[in-house]
Amino acid sequence: MNVLVDLGQTGRLRSPDREVLTLARTLAAGGAVTALTHAPRAEDVAAELGGYGVSILYAPEGEATDLSLTDTALLDAALGESGATLVLGPNDAETTDAFARLAVRHSAAVITDAVGMAADRTVTKSVLAGGYTTTAAPTTDLAFVTLAPNSVQAEEPEEGPAPEVKPLSVSVSGAAATVTGTREAPASSRPKLTEARVVVVGGRGVGENFSLVEELADELGAAVGASRAVVDAGWAEHSAQVGQTGVTVSPQLYLCAGVSGAIQHRAGMQTSQTIVAINKDENAQIFDIADYGVVGDLNKVIPQLIEALRERRG
Amino acid sequence: MSVNIVVPVKYVPDAQKQRQFREDLTVDRSDAILSELDEYPLEAALALREAAPEAEVTIVAVTVGPDEAAGAVKKALQMGADAAFHVNDAALAGSDALGTSAVLAAAIQHVGEEHGGVDLVLTGLASTDGEMSVVPAMLAERLDFALVSRAGTVEWGEDHNGLALTRATADATQTVAVSFPAVVSVTDQANEPRYPNFKAIMAAKKKPSAVLSLAEIGVDPTAVGRDAAAASVQSATARPPRAAGTKVQDEGEAGVQLAAYLAEQRLL
Ligand SMILES: Cc1cc2nc3c(=O)[nH]c(=O)nc-3n(C[C@H](O)[C@H](O)[C@H](O)COP(=O)(O)OP(=O)(O)OC[C@H]3O[C@@H](n4cnc5c(N)ncnc54)[C@H](O)[C@@H]3O)c2cc1C
Ligand SMILES: Nc1ncnc2c1ncn2[C@@H]1O[C@H](COP(=O)(O)O)[C@@H](O)[C@H]1O
Repeated sequence: MNVLVDLGQTGRLRSPDREVLTLARTLAAGGAVTALTHAPRAEDVAAELGGYGVSILYAPEGEATDLSLTDTALLDAALGESGATLVLGPNDAETTDAFARLAVRHSAAVITDAVGMAADRTVTKSVLAGGYTTTAAPTTDLAFVTLAPNSVQAEEPEEGPAPEVKPLSVSVSGAAATVTGTREAPASSRPKLTEARVVVVGGRGVGENFSLVEELADELGAAVGASRAVVDAGWAEHSAQVGQTGVTVSPQLYLCAGVSGAIQHRAGMQTSQTIVAINKDENAQIFDIADYGVVGDLNKVIPQLIEALRERRG
Repeated sequence: MSVNIVVPVKYVPDAQKQRQFREDLTVDRSDAILSELDEYPLEAALALREAAPEAEVTIVAVTVGPDEAAGAVKKALQMGADAAFHVNDAALAGSDALGTSAVLAAAIQHVGEEHGGVDLVLTGLASTDGEMSVVPAMLAERLDFALVSRAGTVEWGEDHNGLALTRATADATQTVAVSFPAVVSVTDQANEPRYPNFKAIMAAKKKPSAVLSLAEIGVDPTAVGRDAAAASVQSATARPPRAAGTKVQDEGEAGVQLAAYLAEQRLL
């Protein structure tokens, strides 16, 4: 089958994009893999795409200032030119919106936040906050699927000829919102939460002294995460929230302190390889899924842990 | 002037209880509640109404689902919605998001006919059972309304004929302006939903609430339901519980022991 990959707005390949490209090549099974970037400068992203077997990269001629409408039109145009029957993309808001709109326009199946897709187009998805795994298959020839991060082992690109870049120009009419300003998130020297090998998470039990969690994270070279209770209290940014309405992480080591382990939190971390929890309540739900649990006061355990880690490195 | 807001609310199984699938691969809704993520758009609508009495806001809650779904609109009325519609029809069983959004769009148009137009549709971020996050964009597409997904703050724009919003993208925060008519999905960052008090619960009983069939809103029953779904669910398996491992009580050395465990597991 021919597969079209939507690479979103950033104009560079992020790790979720690499996962989608890897899956696209597998599913295409010799069919054409094409891609769309919504960022006007396509050259930056094109160079690497050949390594994933992408033959054509569609790119817009100008920058969009509206929300959703131009992005949807670009994807529709790329879809028309590519002849793809499967459109894949990472599970972000903009991609989901465009896929949902085109699913209506083309009466096609859309499945979001998938964790996998098989050659027979069966899509696997986790629902009810991770409590169930469902499989579903599109009944239409055309299907749109977004992939949850950390679902597929991303391949490193091989050597390959860079794709041909085809400019797309679209004109839109209809109602749309206007982006009036953009504030980039401050750059952090820590690894990205969704990509980190080790994630250290603080919950309400940490209290206002969230820097203790950050200190431990830095000692472990880890990304910093938080429960919603911590975000609601203003001790951490929303971008750090792990869980159903935050990010999903699946690191080698997930270490949390002062987190009770509510189902909505577990939804975002229960596929981590090793889970370590520190909590003073021995009945905390988080211990049900922890590989190693410490029943104790985090204000004593964490400083001692940091000290012990320093000594080991010593 | 007047501003009519529709809030689509879904009834979903309660996350605090055991949630499961039935044999026909639909979610068991016998212990259902108003989706917690749909309280945020309701609260946003109520806050807009309270911030600008001169805008003469009317808030209508709409749900699509079987008999039990009545609980969702009841709660919406208790929180402060002015009126409610419940689209309930045997033909709806097994609908996918395409079907549900077609029915919701028709219901929103029905509200418009009764109330003199719909200016704003405020939805939740996602339904807490299916977690698709597609219905808002599908509604915008079907109604030809502007779309803003995942708004983190919701405020009036100038002259009350639109909104000023913020939304978080993967690596930035955007400020967004939108004119009516619009569909806006609202995240759980947007506000703190209120609890209905006794007075509000009593007042809700007197509010208009109607059940509508597909025929009454002009939807062809063969266009929805399981047979019309573009994606068919094939299996639903409970996730095997993750086994608990070692649990140690801190006797004063837990930090050192944990460091040793991490080293032993080659996690350092
Ligand atoms: C629709 C919906 C979506 C949600 N989405 C998310 C989400 O994405 N992510 C998320 O995290 N939550 C989410 N929640 C909220 C979730 O239900 C919980 O309320 C939240 O996860 C609780 O955070 P917490 O564990 O930090 O706080 P609490 O539940 O208050 O737990 C604090 C823990 O800290 C322990 N503690 C206190 N002091 C100490 C100490 N000194 N040493 C050691 N331990 C200590 C306590 O024993 C307790 O277990 C959602 C809820 C809803 C309804
Ligand atoms: N059956 C339904 N009845 C009313 N509103 C719904 C229904 N399904 C979805 N919605 C609305 O659409 C939003 C997103 O749902 P979803 O796309 O299913 O994740 C929800 O938060 C609701 O506001």
